[in-house]
Amino acid sequence: MGHYDGRAQVVGGGTDLLLEIQQGRHPVVEAMVDTSRIKGLDLITNDNDHIVIGCAVTHTQIVNAEPIIRHGTCLVESCGVIGGPQVRNVATLAGNVAHALPAGDGTIGLLALDGEVEVTDANECRWIPMREVFLGPGKSSIDHHRSILTRLRFKPTETRAGSAFARVMRPQGVALPIISMAARLQLGDDNTIISARISLGPAGPVPYLAETAMAVLANGSANAGQFEKAAQAVLSAVQLRTSKHRASQEYRAEMITTHLPLILERAAERACNGDAVPVGVGQ
Amino acid sequence: MTTLHLQVNGKDVNLDVPESRFLSEVIREDLGLIGTKIGCNEAECGICTVLVNGLPVVSCTYPAFKAQGAQVETIESLSADGYLHPIQQAFLDHGAVQCGICTAGLIMTSKALLDEKQAAGEVVSESDIKIALKDTYCRCTGYQSVIDAIRQASGQDVPVNIPVVRQTDCEVGKAQPNPDALAKIRGQAKFTDDYDFSGMLYARTLRAGIPHARIRSIDTEAARALPGVQAVLTHEDVPGRNLHGIVDLDWPVLCGDKVRYTGDPVAIVAADTEVIAARAVELIQVTFEELPAVSDAMEALRPDASVLHEDRADGNLLKHIEVQKGEIETGFAAADVIVDKTYRTPTTEHMFLEPECAIGVPAGYNPDNFGGTCDDKAERGETARHDKTSIYVGSQIPYLDRDQTAAALGVEPTQVRVIATLMGGGFGGKEDIAGQTHVALLAEKTQRPVKMLYSRQESLQFHPKRHATVIRIRTGATQAGQLTAVEATLYGDGGAYASLSEKVLTRATTHATGPYQVPHVKVDCFAAYTNNAPCGAFRGFGVSQSCFAVESNMDILAEELGLDAVELRRLNTLDVGSVTATGQKMLESVGLNECVERVDHDMRGDMHGNDFRWTWQEGHRQYAWGLAIGYKNTGLGGGAPDKASAQVELWLDPAESGATAVRAQVRTSSAEMGQGLPAVLAACAAEELGIPIQQVNVLLGDTDHCPDGGPTTASRQTFVSGNAARHATRTVVQQILPAAAALLNATPEDVSFSAGHFTAGEKSLGVIEAIEQAVKSNIPTVAEYEYWAPKTQPLGTGGDMHFAFGFCAQATLCEIDTHTGEVKVRKVIAAHDVGRAINPMTLEGQIEGGIVMCIGYALTEHYIQEQSVPWTSVMARYKMPGIKNTPKIISHIVEHATSTGPYGAKGVGELPSIPTSAAITNAIYRATGVRVRSLPVDQDELLRAMRAGANEIELGWGDSKPIPVVTLGGEM
Repeated sequence: MGHYDGRAQVVGGGTDLLLEIQQGRHPVVEAMVDTSRIKGLDLITNDNDHIVIGCAVTHTQIVNAEPIIRHGTCLVESCGVIGGPQVRNVATLAGNVAHALPAGDGTIGLLALDGEVEVTDANECRWIPMREVFLGPGKSSIDHHRSILTRLRFKPTETRAGSAFARVMRPQGVALPIISMAARLQLGDDNTIISARISLGPAGPVPYLAETAMAVLANGSANAGQFEKAAQAVLSAVQLRTSKHRASQEYRAEMITTHLPLILERAAERACNGDAVPVGVGQ
Repeated sequence: MTTLHLQVNGKDVNLDVPESRFLSEVIREDLGLIGTKIGCNEAECGICTVLVNGLPVVSCTYPAFKAQGAQVETIESLSADGYLHPIQQAFLDHGAVQCGICTAGLIMTSKALLDEKQAAGEVVSESDIKIALKDTYCRCTGYQSVIDAIRQASGQDVPVNIPVVRQTDCEVGKAQPNPDALAKIRGQAKFTDDYDFSGMLYARTLRAGIPHARIRSIDTEAARALPGVQAVLTHEDVPGRNLHGIVDLDWPVLCGDKVRYTGDPVAIVAADTEVIAARAVELIQVTFEELPAVSDAMEALRPDASVLHEDRADGNLLKHIEVQKGEIETGFAAADVIVDKTYRTPTTEHMFLEPECAIGVPAGYNPDNFGGTCDDKAERGETARHDKTSIYVGSQIPYLDRDQTAAALGVEPTQVRVIATLMGGGFGGKEDIAGQTHVALLAEKTQRPVKMLYSRQESLQFHPKRHATVIRIRTGATQAGQLTAVEATLYGDGGAYASLSEKVLTRATTHATGPYQVPHVKVDCFAAYTNNAPCGAFRGFGVSQSCFAVESNMDILAEELGLDAVELRRLNTLDVGSVTATGQKMLESVGLNECVERVDHDMRGDMHGNDFRWTWQEGHRQYAWGLAIGYKNTGLGGGAPDKASAQVELWLDPAESGATAVRAQVRTSSAEMGQGLPAVLAACAAEELGIPIQQVNVLLGDTDHCPDGGPTTASRQTFVSGNAARHATRTVVQQILPAAAALLNATPEDVSFSAGHFTAGEKSLGVIEAIEQAVKSNIPTVAEYEYWAPKTQPLGTGGDMHFAFGFCAQATLCEIDTHTGEVKVRKVIAAHDVGRAINPMTLEGQIEGGIVMCIGYALTEHYIQEQSVPWTSVMARYKMPGIKNTPKIISHIVEHATSTGPYGAKGVGELPSIPTSAAITNAIYRATGVRVRSLPVDQDELLRAMRAGANEIELGWGDSKPIPVVTLGGEM
C-alpha cells in the first residue's frame, strides 16, 4: 500500500466493491490489496477475554464457528442471512463492517455484541470501538487506501446472557433489508436485565445503537411488557425513513414494534436456558 | 504480470493473465471450458457457480487471483472419466434439465452440498437444498425436479414425479428426457456465446439512454479513430430497409430521426475486443432534442400527449380491440348481483438466464483465412465455410429473423442463413429482433465474424416485456349463480414499438370473460404506444393479465352470492357445446370440468383427516386455499395462416454390434428454448415409424437445412410441428412403400404399414428392409410436409377464432405471516387439459415451471420504470422466484383429445402460467380479508391494510400513481 501511496484500495471478499466498480458506482482503482488471503487473519481465535475474527474470515466460517454460535449467536444469525452460500463463502465480516452501510447484517449483529475493530496502518495497530468506524452511509473512518481493518473482536456472552437477530426483506425490488435488528441481554439470577444492547438499521446514516431502549431495559425485568416498551423507545428515538422501492416508514415501524420484542424474548430465552441454536441461517 | 497457478479439474494450469481477470474469464476464455455459463455478471443468478477448494463461488465476480494456488472444479470435471456423476444422472432421471443454461450452476452448487453432507455423514434434507441453492436460479423448471434430483443423488429413494397419462405401445405418453439433456448436464452444450470463430470481432450498441427525443446529430468520428475499432455504423449505413417488426414495421434497425425509449439503438460498433468496443461506444456523440415522455397507456391516449409515431393516423392508439356478444344491457338487467372492480398488472420481464447473443458471419468466410482450420465436411460452426451471410442466434422465429435481416441488408432472404443455437430460455422474449440484424451488418461491413453479446443490464433495458394493464371488469350473475354479463375495459401499455402488442392484447380481450359461458359480453381494449420499453410476447400472451381480473371478480361474486367459489365456477364453465365470447362453438376437447373436479377433490382431501376449511390459523401464520381456472388458445388463431413444415429423412446405420438400425432425422426451423420440443418431435416420428425414440434425432432452426416451422409462440409447436413431423414421417413411409411392396411381391395398394411393419396378407417386413430396397431402387427416403392447422376466423366475424384451447384449474395453499404480511405459497394442486401428453416428463417441466413463474407474477416480479426510465436496471432489482419460493406441486394431466392435434395433443407452454396469480390473491383474501387488486402483492401494503382492517388494497406501496378511473367502453 505504501508503494501505491494512496492509489491502492483494500478489498476483502470484494462481493460489494467489485460489483460497485463493475457497475460504475465506485471509481475504478489502480490496484487492490486483497486482505482475504493473509495467513493467520483467516482464523477465529480466543484471545484473553475476546473472540477474535481475522479480516479474511468469511461469513460461512462465522456461521459454522462453535464459539460464535455459543457466545455470539446474533452474529451467526446475522451473517447467515447475507446473500446465498456462494456470497457467504467469499464475503468477509471485516469487509461488511468496513463498508459502513447503515444496515449491513453482520455489522448490526456485531454492534449488538459491542464489537471492536483493529485498524492497522504503516505505523501502528490500534483497537477502536466499532461505532467509531461509521461516519455516514458507506463512509468509514478507516482510510481504505492507507490502512487495513485487520481484526474484529467481541467479548463472549457470559452465563445468563443471550443474543438474537432478525431481518425483514422485501420480496420485490432491491436486495437490501427493510430492517435488521439484533439484541444481547445479560440477565441476573432473578431474571432482571443487568444490561441490554440493541442495534438496528437502517435507521439513519449509520448503524444504530438503540441507547434509549437499552436504558429502558436495564435493571428492569425480562418480560413482554418491558420488551414492548423497548420497541416503543426505539420508535420514539429514531427517524425511520421511507425508502423508494424498499419500505415505507410505517412498515418499518411496524416491523420494529413486532419483531424487536420477539428478538428480545429469544435473547432472554437463550440467556435463561443456555442453549443457542441459531435460527434462519441460510434463509 | 504475475503468473496465475491453479489446479483446474485436477490439472495444473499456469497462466499469464492480467490481475484484473475474473475467474469466469479464465475458465471460459483462457481455458475454453464453456460449460460454465454467465447469466448476469453481478453475482445475482448463480449460474456461473464453480467450486474453489470445494466451496461454491460465483465465478463472474470472483477475482481469478483470489483463487491463486487453489483447486477449481467446473462442470467438466464431473464426467471426465466418461461416466455421469450421480448428480448428473439424477438431473437426467428427474427431468431437471430444460433450457440448460443454468444446469451447470445448479449441478455444481448441488455437488458441493452433497460432498459436504457426505463428509459429515448427514442426510440431505429439502431444507438443506433450499438453503444451498437459495441464490442459484433456474427460470424453466420451477425447482421441484431439481430438489428431487439432489435428494436422489444423496442416496435417497425418490420416485420420479411424472403424472399419470395414456401411453401407446411405442413412444407417445412415455416419459423421457429431452435428447439434448445429456450434453447440457455434461457442460458440452453450446449456446451462442460459446462459439468462438477465428478472426471474430466484438460488437456493442449505443442506446438512447433517454426515453423520447429527436436526434439532431450523431458524431462517430472519435469512435472510428480509436485503435482497434473496425466499424461504426449508424442509420446511414443500413443499405436496405431500416425498420423491423413482427406485426408492424415501426422499429428502426438504427434510429435516425427519433428515439422512443431508452433502449433504442443509435449506433453499433465492432472492434477487436469487447473493451475497445465499449470504449468506442462512449466516444460517439449524439445530440438530442428531448421530448416529453409518455409513461402510461391512459396518459398516452390523452389529446395533449406527446406522439411517438407521428406518421400514424391514430396518434398513440396502437389498436382498439373489441369483443361483443349479445346485448350487454340485457345481460346486466338479468343480473341480481354485479361486481365491478378495476385491477392493475405490472410490466414484467422474462429474465431468461441467457442474455441475447448473436454472431454474424460474412458471406465467403473461410476460417483458414483467419488462422482457423476449415473442415470441408462441416455444415455449420467454427470450422465451416460460410457461403452466405450467416447468423448464429438462439431465436424463437429463425425464418422471420432471416427475412428481416435480409431486408435490412437489402438482399434476398435466401442470401441470408440463420443457424439456431441452443437457447437459454425465451418465454416470448426472443421473438423480436435483437442483435441479429446488427451483427449481419457489421459482419458484411468488416468481412469478419462479429459477436454481439448483451450484458444482463442491456438485456433488461432492451427487450420487449409483458404488458402492464389496467382492467376494469363488471361481472353480473343471477342469485342462483348463473353469469349473465361481463363488461370490461382494458388499457395495455404497448411501449415504444408495436412488437406483438396487437396480438397479445387481442388475446387479453378475447379471454376477458374467463373460461365461462356468458351470454352477454362487451369488452374494449386500448393498446397504446408509450415511451416505456416495448411490450410483446410473454408466456400467457395477455391472458395472464385478464385472468387475474376475471378470477378475482369470480371470487368476489361467489362471496356476494353466498356460493362456494368452486360451485360458482362449476355452474358456468365452458363445456362441449358452449359458445365463447367471440362466438366460437366448442365442438370437442373441453376438459375444464374434469380439471376443476380433480383439483377440488385433492384440495378437499388435503386436510389430513380434518374437515375441509378454506382458511385457518397456526400461531402468527394464517393459511388459506385459493382457486382459479384458466384457458388459453393453442396456435396463432384469428385468421392468421398457421402452418409448419417438417422434413423427415430415413437411413440405415450399421450399429456397433453389427446389426443395422433405422435412423430418422426430423428437421424444422421451430425453436427449442427449454420446453422440450425435440423430445416431442422425435416421439411423433418414432411413433409413426414404430422405432425407439433414441433412433430419431432432431435438427432445429437452420434455415438452409430445415423447412419453416413458423414462430415458436402461442403454445403451438407441439400441435403444428408435431403434426408436420407426423405427416412427414407418414409421407416418407408412403414413399418407400412401393419398395416394400416389391419385396413382398404385392401391389402397393395391398400393403399397409403399422407398428414398424409393412404387411401384405400374411407376409410382412420391417422398415430396414424397405429402406434397403428403396435405396436400391433410387426411391428417395426423405420427405417434407407442410402442415396447415385448421383455418381460423378473424375476431369479429363470429367464426372459430382458434382451433383448440387448453384448460386448467389450480388451487394454491398460501401462508400469510401476520407479523410481516409476507406471503408464501406452500402447495399448488393443478390439473391441465392438454389434449394428450406426448412426453409427460417435459410436460410436467412446463407445468411446474409455468406455475412458479406465475407465483413470481403474483408475489415478486415487477419491472419498474420511472417516467419511462427503467429503475430495474440490474438483475439485483428484479426478483424472480428462487428455490425458496417453490411450493409442493401436485399435478394432474387431463386428456380430452382434440381430433386435429397430434395424437390428440393441444399445447401447454403458456397455460400453467395463467391462473396461479389469481389463485394466490384469492387465498390471501380468505386469509386476511384483504382483496389485492394490484400485482405484485405488496407485503408492506398488505400488512398495513390488515392492521387497519381495510378490505382491499388497490396498489402496491410506493406506486406513485393511483389506479386510474376507467370508464367502461373507454371514454376518457
